[in-house]
Amino acid sequence: MPDQTIPVGESKLPDQVAPASRNAEELHPVRYFIRFTLLQRYMHAIMFTTFLGLAATGLTIRFSTNAWAQHFAFAIGGFGTILFLHKFCAVILSLEFLYHLQNIAVRILVRKEKGLLWGPDSMVPNLKDLKDIIGNFRWFFGRGPKPKLERYAYWEKFDYWSVFWGMIIIGLSGYVMWFGPFFGKFLPGWALNAVQIVHGEEALLAATFIFSIHFINAHLRPDNFPMDTTIFTGTQTEEEFKERHPEEYERLMAQGRLEQQVTTKPPTWLMNFSKVTGFTAVLIGVLLLVLSVSAYFRE
Amino acid sequence: MSPLGKLKKVWAKSLLSSNISQLRWPESETHNPSIKSASLLTARFPLSGRTLSLFTTDKSGAKRPRRLSSSPIAIAGNPAIAMGFIRWKPFVAACAVLLLASFPLALQAQTDCLSCHGDVTMQDAAGHNVGVDGNTFHSSVHSDLGCSACHSSITAYPHPDHPQAVKCVSCHADEAAALVGSVHEHSGDQPCTTCHGTAHAILPKDNPKSAVYPLNIPATCGKCHGDAAMARQHHLANVYPQYMDSIHGYAVSQEGLLVAANCASCHGSHHVLSHTNPKSPTYKTSIPDTCGKCHAGIRTQYVAGVHGTALASGNLNAPSCTDCHTAHTIGQPTMAQSTPMCGSCHQAQLSTYRDTFHSQVSNLGSYVEVARCSDCHGQHEILPASDPRSPVNPANLVKTCGRCHQGANAGFVKYSPHANPHNRHISPLLYYIRLFMVLLITGVMTFFLLHSLLWLIRSLIEKAHGGSVKGEK
Repeated sequence: MPDQTIPVGESKLPDQVAPASRNAEELHPVRYFIRFTLLQRYMHAIMFTTFLGLAATGLTIRFSTNAWAQHFAFAIGGFGTILFLHKFCAVILSLEFLYHLQNIAVRILVRKEKGLLWGPDSMVPNLKDLKDIIGNFRWFFGRGPKPKLERYAYWEKFDYWSVFWGMIIIGLSGYVMWFGPFFGKFLPGWALNAVQIVHGEEALLAATFIFSIHFINAHLRPDNFPMDTTIFTGTQTEEEFKERHPEEYERLMAQGRLEQQVTTKPPTWLMNFSKVTGFTAVLIGVLLLVLSVSAYFRE
Repeated sequence: MSPLGKLKKVWAKSLLSSNISQLRWPESETHNPSIKSASLLTARFPLSGRTLSLFTTDKSGAKRPRRLSSSPIAIAGNPAIAMGFIRWKPFVAACAVLLLASFPLALQAQTDCLSCHGDVTMQDAAGHNVGVDGNTFHSSVHSDLGCSACHSSITAYPHPDHPQAVKCVSCHADEAAALVGSVHEHSGDQPCTTCHGTAHAILPKDNPKSAVYPLNIPATCGKCHGDAAMARQHHLANVYPQYMDSIHGYAVSQEGLLVAANCASCHGSHHVLSHTNPKSPTYKTSIPDTCGKCHAGIRTQYVAGVHGTALASGNLNAPSCTDCHTAHTIGQPTMAQSTPMCGSCHQAQLSTYRDTFHSQVSNLGSYVEVARCSDCHGQHEILPASDPRSPVNPANLVKTCGRCHQGANAGFVKYSPHANPHNRHISPLLYYIRLFMVLLITGVMTFFLLHSLLWLIRSLIEKAHGGSVKGEK
């Protein structure tokens, strides 16, 4: 979720006057840059928590003939609990989505932030993304240099828009099922059947995509392995910044805005908390992925 | 005991001066009776006042029991007995007394036999046990009969070398006739005693200790039909444990409920036929009537429904009671197992039901009310959707669906609970929606998995060559 109101971070550099210290980090301090605002980090936290809850309960319903689904349902109190938790997470995620829409609308209509819809900081796909895709594939095959990415890589934009699209599709179809008699007054009969197919399959896509592709791209690929904590701490090191978003780094430097983004090193507790939370989420996700994919191909 | 039976007992006690039937010979005298106090062992005729010794002296001078028979002809032919009556009664009275006297005389005859056979350890030359417990026999249903009523070939001592086998048929002709043609006809040398128990201890069937008392029948049949080896040998299901765990078995064995179905309630007793025999009460078309003997209300519903009418019209594929409830286990197909049960015939419907939310809820436990087959279609009186009385008739759907879905309306019930998105001809729209979703999943996942795989390979190559990916630009 893009947010251009990037707060000005702590730009004061750590005290370099430490002659007694032999610590390389203190002699050549690592600079940290803000990538995500506190709001964005909280939004992501709420989203992945409710998403895990929705996936765990939803996949249990989707693959209800499997022993693991039945044991899980039994363990947490049966179908009533499963459906309650599913709806509970769904309502929270829906509210978050509505808040995000409101946030976007205010920034576009009230604050007139033009950069939100186009430009290098926008989430909206553009020609450069197409060039990056082609460039990346050329690089995969050794036919060219690694493309220099802007603030949001094309796969990150895909993550955002697939979630955006999924929220609308899965959310609406879910509410139609939840309030069937109400929607039955307007919708044709086949639509009531279609919502279940759409809800189940789109959710299966969302779960498998997040638990495999998103995890690989964000955490498990060699560059980021084992964990990229940027979304939890909100910061990245200068080295990471130059490596992952070189185009943005150079652009900010050219505009003279780079120093505005510098912040302090995240506290140790936050680093540890990020790792524990991230690993937990990845483990739960991978477990659900393995169970779901094996169940899907046994159907 | 019947009034006539009581009269016979009273008569017997008054007739005999001592309770001879309870007498036991001293061990040393069992086979060589030389009784000194013979006066005790006499019968007194109250009408004449004369006494009759129960022993005679043979030519060698040894005492041996007098042979008495219960048959009127034998009595008439026995001068000692005949003289007891003829002394001073008119002819009509004598005839009446003769008839009644046959009963106490039967006891008297038993006493004679028991004087030797009362030793329960007694064995014949071949080693067979020929002892009879007098107490047990006298409380049995046959206590009023003399021994020779059944052991008809043994009328004198010494006994014939090869006495004829006892034939129950000589009295129980109807039961014997029923046994002919039944599955138990050739089931052994003694088909009667296999079920009714030891010959000298048979009790009336309303006696709670009888082997064929309703509450005891399962255990009696289970002697063979609870034997796994026997079941294998005769290609039978080992049904006894299944029955005992069923609601019928529980009612009989745990609650002592006389009206609960025991084996004989469904299979009959003497004329048990295979369920493949059209005359059997357990033949498929007869089962509704057999179960309906008790479950009359359910039977009425069943015969009105599609299953009942189909079976009545000769369609043997239509389910009878036991096809859904099973014969001996008596399942309760209202719970989760009802869907596979119905689905064993209605496969396409089960398959489409499996795709629905109803099925998913059902699979995850019965903690919430959920629609299974019978919840929409009914149980025993299942009617086609075209029938206006059917709960799934379009006119009744709002009410039927509304039992669970509050606010169900005409639009809501347009939902198809058996839609088939896998079939292009039945549900084309849903088929293409599902196809689009499957292609979307396949496309997205294929592209990005390939993307990640190539990325991984390139990263590893660069790490191997340039030392660090991060150095590459």
